[in-house]
Amino acid sequence: MEIIMSILIGLLFASAVYLMLSKSLLRIIIGTGLLSHGAHLMLLTMAGLKRGTVPLLGENAEAYTDPLPQALVLTAIVISFGVTAFFLVLAYRTYQELGTDNVEEMRGTEKDD
Amino acid sequence: MINLLILPIIIPLVTAVILIFFANKIAIQRWISVISMIGTFITSLILIHKIHQSGIQTLDLSNWPAPFGITLVSDMLSALLVATGSFIALCCILYSFDTIGKEREKYYYYSIVQFLMVGVNGAFTTGDIFNMFVFFEVMLMSSYALIVIGGTKIQLRESIKYLLVNITSSALFVIAVAYLYSVVGTLNMAHISERIAEVNQPGILSVIAVLFLIVFGLKGGIFPLFFWLPGSYYAPPVPILALFGALLTKVGVYSILRTYTLFFYHDQGFTHTLLIVLSLITVVLGAIAAIAYKDIKKIIIYNIIIAIGVITYGIGVMNADALSGSVFYLIHDMLIKAALFMIAGVIIIITGTGNYQKFSGLIRHYPLLSWTFFISILALAGIPPLSGFVGKILIARGGFEANDVIGALIILFSSLAVLYSLMRVFINSFWGESKSGQINTNASIGKLMVPIILLMVVSICYGVFSEYVNVYITQAVEVLINPSIYIDAVLYK
Repeated sequence: MEIIMSILIGLLFASAVYLMLSKSLLRIIIGTGLLSHGAHLMLLTMAGLKRGTVPLLGENAEAYTDPLPQALVLTAIVISFGVTAFFLVLAYRTYQELGTDNVEEMRGTEKDD
Repeated sequence: MINLLILPIIIPLVTAVILIFFANKIAIQRWISVISMIGTFITSLILIHKIHQSGIQTLDLSNWPAPFGITLVSDMLSALLVATGSFIALCCILYSFDTIGKEREKYYYYSIVQFLMVGVNGAFTTGDIFNMFVFFEVMLMSSYALIVIGGTKIQLRESIKYLLVNITSSALFVIAVAYLYSVVGTLNMAHISERIAEVNQPGILSVIAVLFLIVFGLKGGIFPLFFWLPGSYYAPPVPILALFGALLTKVGVYSILRTYTLFFYHDQGFTHTLLIVLSLITVVLGAIAAIAYKDIKKIIIYNIIIAIGVITYGIGVMNADALSGSVFYLIHDMLIKAALFMIAGVIIIITGTGNYQKFSGLIRHYPLLSWTFFISILALAGIPPLSGFVGKILIARGGFEANDVIGALIILFSSLAVLYSLMRVFINSFWGESKSGQINTNASIGKLMVPIILLMVVSICYGVFSEYVNVYITQAVEVLINPSIYIDAVLYK
């Protein structure tokens, strides 16, 4: 299972890098979304995917899944959600102000306030 | 267990929330934020005193014992940095009153600054590697907002790059934490250090060390990861720039200092040599760029990069002298960079341009400003008895002790580049005849000089009375050299 997940994470990263290297802002944002998804899946996979039952320690529990990475992933997802929302708003404002969503065309002199 | 060390995080957090309710009442916002920062500063001074008397202070949040819950740890290093950071934020807020503009003030500027301080103080104080990521994100989120506040074209354009770089580095941070967790199975920094000591740092941990170096290097701006820094830092207005230049990069450096002295100190052959080489290249490239530019803001921005290189060189060398030099220089650089950016801001207000060749004879109209600038150049270059001297001489001595003659010489000669790059500004634009029309002789800069003078006085005292400061620095470095003090304080108190 871990192997398949690793391949999936690799694919996510590859497509994220491909999208982030393109010129359109929207593609770049989707790329960052995929990048953080890859990182989150990686965090889950790294701790081992399924090693036992739920993490409720009773008298008879022999093996249980580590709950910590899931707590970490929850935090990381919330953060990346917020950042993506901010990025979308920023991209929209930039589109309004500069009249383009192509990063190539955003160059200009440093004085143009 | 003591609750004191969470106050520098809680006070700005509560203030930030309160400030949101006063969005349209600028006068109230100003006073509340000043009072809150003074409160944070005083708390951190009490904290320093407490640590000086009874050692490292820890707080297990919600009373979960150390390796299981989130622990806040305040040793002398982080307490000193929290104090310096709060003081600089106070000065920046005072400076913002007349420079940032009503529009930005109404758009929650002071509130975001307080949130930034939550992130910065939290990153300095936390003792849990994932919690450090969270505080980094708090800090970055506020910095995204600060860099774009006002929404001018150049700000929008640069903040996209800044955002993209930092999202990538955050993803790498999560990955680095994931790898570290899979190897050592814990997140508490003291516990991680103990587990790494048990397995004696095999190869995979060196990989993780380099991954952490990439993450924190992107924040701090070491070669080759400082490419985004000059452009992004150039865009926002000067008070924000001063805050960024003084605090954000230093958080990255602090994290390198923490991880490389607490986690990855066993097998120094690869990681620390890499750090030394990278920081020397950073110093050289920063020096070349600082000399090449003609814009005051750009020159000072590249001086940040030089300083980062000098500090990380001290971390890479890793002996007692170099580390105390690094800590000394870190605090010095935070103070003096904030002051320099503020002075550059005043110059731009007076002359309307940052290009130093376009005006001259500033000293005739603004003698106080000019002499402050002169003293800050001397302090930055490290002329004794000012504050840059002690740190740099200790770092160089550490380099010579480690038989790295070339590195130590590069560090020493970088002072010349710093001195040259800024002295050129001073000679060209402050001396000479003042031609009419270049300089606005009636600009009211009285209020702006208050925070600058405040910073300069502290910075000069820091250098002149380094004998007394040294007691605290020694206590900070003791923990860095001997991680067992940190581990004992957190896990076996």
